[in-house]
Amino acid sequence: MSTTNEVRKLTEREYEHGFVTKVEDDALPRGLSEETIRLISAKKNEPAFMLEWRLRAFRHWLTMKEPTWQNVRYPPIDYQDIIYYSAPKRKAALQSLDEVDPEILKTYAKLGIPLEEQKMLAGVAVDAVFDSVSVATTFKEKLAEKGVIFCSFSEAVQKYPELVKKYLGSVVPYTDNFFATLNSAVFSDGSFCFVPKGVRCPMELSTYFRINAADTGQFERTLIVAEEGAYVSYLEGCTAPMRDKNQLHAAVVELVALDDAQIKYSTVQNWYPGDAQGRGGIYNFVTKRGRAQGRSSKISWTQVETGSAITWKYPSVILQGDNAVGEFYSVALTNNYQQADTGTKMIHLGKNTRSTIISKGISAGRGQNTYRGLVKILKAATNSRNFTQCDSLLLGSKCGAHTIPDIEVRNPSSRAEHEASTSKIGEDQLFYCLQRGISQEDAVTMIVNGFCRQVFKELPMEFAVEAQKLLSVSLEGSVG
Amino acid sequence: MHLLEIRNLHVVVEGKQILKGIDLAVDPGEVHAIMGPNGSGKSTLAQVLAGRDTFTVTEGQVLYQGEDLLSMSPEDRAVAGVFLAFQYPVEIPGVGNMYFLRTALNAIRRRRGLEELDAMDFLALAKEKLKLVEMDQKFMNRSVNEGFSGGEKKRNEILQMAVLDPKLAILDETDSGLDIDALRIISNGVNAHRRDDRSMLLITHYQRLLNYVVPDKVHVLSNGRIVRSGDRQLALELEEKGYTWLEQQVEAPARSGASP
Repeated sequence: MSTTNEVRKLTEREYEHGFVTKVEDDALPRGLSEETIRLISAKKNEPAFMLEWRLRAFRHWLTMKEPTWQNVRYPPIDYQDIIYYSAPKRKAALQSLDEVDPEILKTYAKLGIPLEEQKMLAGVAVDAVFDSVSVATTFKEKLAEKGVIFCSFSEAVQKYPELVKKYLGSVVPYTDNFFATLNSAVFSDGSFCFVPKGVRCPMELSTYFRINAADTGQFERTLIVAEEGAYVSYLEGCTAPMRDKNQLHAAVVELVALDDAQIKYSTVQNWYPGDAQGRGGIYNFVTKRGRAQGRSSKISWTQVETGSAITWKYPSVILQGDNAVGEFYSVALTNNYQQADTGTKMIHLGKNTRSTIISKGISAGRGQNTYRGLVKILKAATNSRNFTQCDSLLLGSKCGAHTIPDIEVRNPSSRAEHEASTSKIGEDQLFYCLQRGISQEDAVTMIVNGFCRQVFKELPMEFAVEAQKLLSVSLEGSVG
Repeated sequence: MHLLEIRNLHVVVEGKQILKGIDLAVDPGEVHAIMGPNGSGKSTLAQVLAGRDTFTVTEGQVLYQGEDLLSMSPEDRAVAGVFLAFQYPVEIPGVGNMYFLRTALNAIRRRRGLEELDAMDFLALAKEKLKLVEMDQKFMNRSVNEGFSGGEKKRNEILQMAVLDPKLAILDETDSGLDIDALRIISNGVNAHRRDDRSMLLITHYQRLLNYVVPDKVHVLSNGRIVRSGDRQLALELEEKGYTWLEQQVEAPARSGASP
């Protein structure tokens, strides 16, 4: 059987996505001012409303203080020491993959995502965000046939300004929080997806993010709109090169689901976590929120978070329409000196709304893992339900798991259930596996994967496989 | 050469002396029953042989196929053919029973330089062995021991033994907590796996298992020592008279009970 071999191979290697592509950068100087924002907007040839919006966000940001309530520790970030925009140099707009910088294509090949092959085989349309500018987009024709718009954010601003204007900031307003506001001011690119009424998106959409140019903060912005009765499944996978300096990643994702629409958003996050001594690694401070706006709409977040020095995010759902459904399935792993403060918010506004939260936290090494969740069922949201299950698994004795649930139910016909457990990886389980001839490392991987199964089964098949691989790589050296 | 030879084994758990000098030799193909009251050290012996590291061996040695068993890791012992049917098999949520057993078998086969079994071949093997313990195939799709009844867990242990094909099987109170039907099924499974080149240690509190699985030798463990060895008659006598009968007889330390 090859799985065990695979696991062994994986556990024996270093973080493999740590390479840097040599591409000439077209980068702004370090620092942040109105001038920076005007330059970004000008470089992207944006319409006036975008610049205005960015500037409003920036002015608001100047009045804000960086939050400190989260259960993570990091040295102060110097926002004037960040490069806010860098784009690979290129001649003109690209017509096909042939025109993509071969260096960039090589990078994708190393990551195992050759675009050509994906075009042929995988049936996945990829909007590859390379640093800050999208360099290649595939499967557009097929999607266009169905009326699905899937393009870079910059392109959407140019081609569909009305849609952008209508939905941008409608779920995460530019005043929302320190990092979302910063993102609103300086975001460089991202993905835009619009699935029109009654259309079931014919393929899984995916975006691969890479942070490449040194010290370039990456500020992605994703907006997905599913009109009445539409369905879309969106996959986001992240890997980043080795760095010894912390890098800020402050993305914003907004989802809007109208009546009977469904959005499934899956993430495998594997940003560089820093080395075993806790040096380097990505700060992943992300705001993700969906508005289940229409009747019987549904939004599901599934995330597997194994990377980043610090992960700080709460993919949330506002259950606005009656009978709306919100789901959150999460695996968060912290090893070595990684810190994660993650969870979700389910805000029930509509009647008969349902939400489910399944959170699996794994702590190893000196990792600190916090689940923070808010379930709020408002007065008008009668007959609503929430089920929360929150499990923590500890490997070793120097790591930590914390659970901070907050539940507010404001009407008598609604109900919220919360189950939580914390367990150490059992000596008994481990010995049972060893006695059957299974090596310690394989046994740990097996037990941890079993622990996460409820979440993995929510992932699209190929992503589930990738997620399991990631877990075994991330657990390397955490026992024994 | 004996398959297993235990010499003067002393074991401490959390500062307490549990085994106080065990001598025991098991030859290939032999089935030995180790009986004794609660707290006599039966399960400790089983766990030490399997390689549990919560026990400290303070004196003595254990030879398995002539080699020092105690210096081997638990997984190396498994590869060498030592199998322990656990008294309390653990649950491993989310890990399929079939997947677990196939992983174990292939880990052992790989280490022995044998080709791994693919899913189809494994399924065929598992189906055959499932019949022996009268288990439905649906057990294979459930998580390891999760939600299994006591009897199902014990049958699952025997299934694992049947698939992993050990040279020395140690059955730690596999009969405890079973109703008469489950006991019969398990005994049949055990009997079906008696072979000239496979030895078994049956650790049990009660004599009744030995009605179904007839041992070659019976040893009585009391207070960390083997106080009496004999054949099946000893077990019957013990059932009649109770353990106190032996304990009263053996006040003074006796290491004479070991079989030759």
